[in-house]
Amino acid sequence: MTAHDLRRRAMSRAVEVFCAASVILALIPLGLVLFFVISRGVTALRPEFFTSMPKPVGEPGGGMANAMVGTLILIGIATAIAVPVGVVSGVFLSEYKGSRLGSAVRFAADVLNGVPSIVIGVFAYAVAVMPFRRFSALAGGVALGVMMLPLIVRTTEELLRLVPESFKEGALALGATRSRAVWTVILPAALPGIVTGILVALARVAGETAPLLFTSFNNAFFSTRLDQPISSLTVQVYTYAISPYEDWHRQAWAGATVLIAAILFFSLLARFVTRRLERMHRGTA
Amino acid sequence: MSREVETPPETGIRIRTEVRAPSAPAEAATTAIKLENINFGYGQNQVLHDVSMDVDEKRVTAFIGPSGCGKSTLLRCLNRMNDLIESAHLKGRVLVKGKDIYAPGTDVIGVRRRVGMVFQKSNPFPKSIFDNVVYGLRISGVRDRTTLDAAVEKSLTLAALWDEVKDRLNQSALSLSGGQQQRLCIARAIAVEPEILLMDEPCSALDPIATLKIEELIYSLKERYTIVIVTHNLQQAARVSDKTAFFWLGRLVEYGPTADLFTNPREKLTEDYITGRFG
Repeated sequence: MTAHDLRRRAMSRAVEVFCAASVILALIPLGLVLFFVISRGVTALRPEFFTSMPKPVGEPGGGMANAMVGTLILIGIATAIAVPVGVVSGVFLSEYKGSRLGSAVRFAADVLNGVPSIVIGVFAYAVAVMPFRRFSALAGGVALGVMMLPLIVRTTEELLRLVPESFKEGALALGATRSRAVWTVILPAALPGIVTGILVALARVAGETAPLLFTSFNNAFFSTRLDQPISSLTVQVYTYAISPYEDWHRQAWAGATVLIAAILFFSLLARFVTRRLERMHRGTA
Repeated sequence: MSREVETPPETGIRIRTEVRAPSAPAEAATTAIKLENINFGYGQNQVLHDVSMDVDEKRVTAFIGPSGCGKSTLLRCLNRMNDLIESAHLKGRVLVKGKDIYAPGTDVIGVRRRVGMVFQKSNPFPKSIFDNVVYGLRISGVRDRTTLDAAVEKSLTLAALWDEVKDRLNQSALSLSGGQQQRLCIARAIAVEPEILLMDEPCSALDPIATLKIEELIYSLKERYTIVIVTHNLQQAARVSDKTAFFWLGRLVEYGPTADLFTNPREKLTEDYITGRFG
């Protein structure tokens, strides 16, 4: 073995070690977060946590049933707002790639994606809280919807662009109009990816606190009314975490565990749905 | 009926070219498509120069020529697929059954329904076999299940695919083999009952056996449809077509009955091309 060979091998080894070390380093924070949250959370997690309401300070136990329902309602509203607007905008961007309006919309979406969530909360406060002089679930949903919007717009656009041009040509050659081709062939072909994008966006906004602080605010009671303040897991965790009470801290850890589990669930659901839809397309289902 | 075509001795190459006799040699065919002085280009780039020709009804017409000679572009002029390209411009007239399809106010959707197209790469939609075949009918508003069922059976039978897929119409079209997919695309195109069928190198991605099936299909379909096929494969042109047009650098060099063009080309350029001296 020549000196050159030896050096090459040593170099290769060094790079391998460096790569492995980087991966481990990157995973450490995630591992630690999961470890701390879950180890502290599970002790406070009893069935009651999912079914009962928060208890006043001093009384042990209690749960976050209202906050869980609240979070579901909030992301439901957000999805109802962001999905139609986002998907249609994505279609527009992919169909009118070169247009000026298209470039402007694309740029706006990218800027919106970078806007700090607290700013979006302030915006939602201005448009959906101030006029009604009341915090509301609707306002919180609007804030989360605005956060989801750029994610959905851009994923829809990217995925539509991946659909082979030949699908569109095939549809047009059969006498389809351009919009018909988009709705009946191109969009369905991109659907698995778009659904994934929506679920990923959903998982992301489900963990937001800042935009909810002064939009949906919080509610100590069980509420499903859209025009009233509503509790959410994130705000509830925040409220408990900054409180001086040991009981509430435990509840905050439990809430955080539920939140992480929910987000993990959405991510897994996204993967499952995608695979399912793709297999349906390929015809091996 | 087949004969062997002798290439000029100096090339030393013999191309076995079966030439099937035109199906109805005696009776004169009527004109399905009439091209009048077609000049076509993208932006500054002129692709077709002054092409004029008549395409016979219920015959197979083949467009041959080296890559980039404009044959596919010309094909796409016949159902206005070139409209998709923004910088495209066309001068001249394309008369389908006597009506200029580029006349102002023409219903492009209607044109594409009358002039179907099969593409180089088979492009079944990621839907079931059934949904693929009825796509054209559904978008033109046909909802009645019996009509759709009948159309599926008829189109797939015509495309020689019915026996292979009749028990799995609800499976994804993408589960079919390449050759089956291409026949499905043909079935999909004929389901809307067009008058003319354009085929842009329909066999270029297929193996010889699948190719043979498509060729047999083309041969049987010409009883009902006017077929225009672009092909790189000269033997294929010789096998399936009644008339052949040879293009070179965007010009129509020679156009005539396939047997004549392959055995006795009038132009030196055609002869050089079909004997394999270039292209």
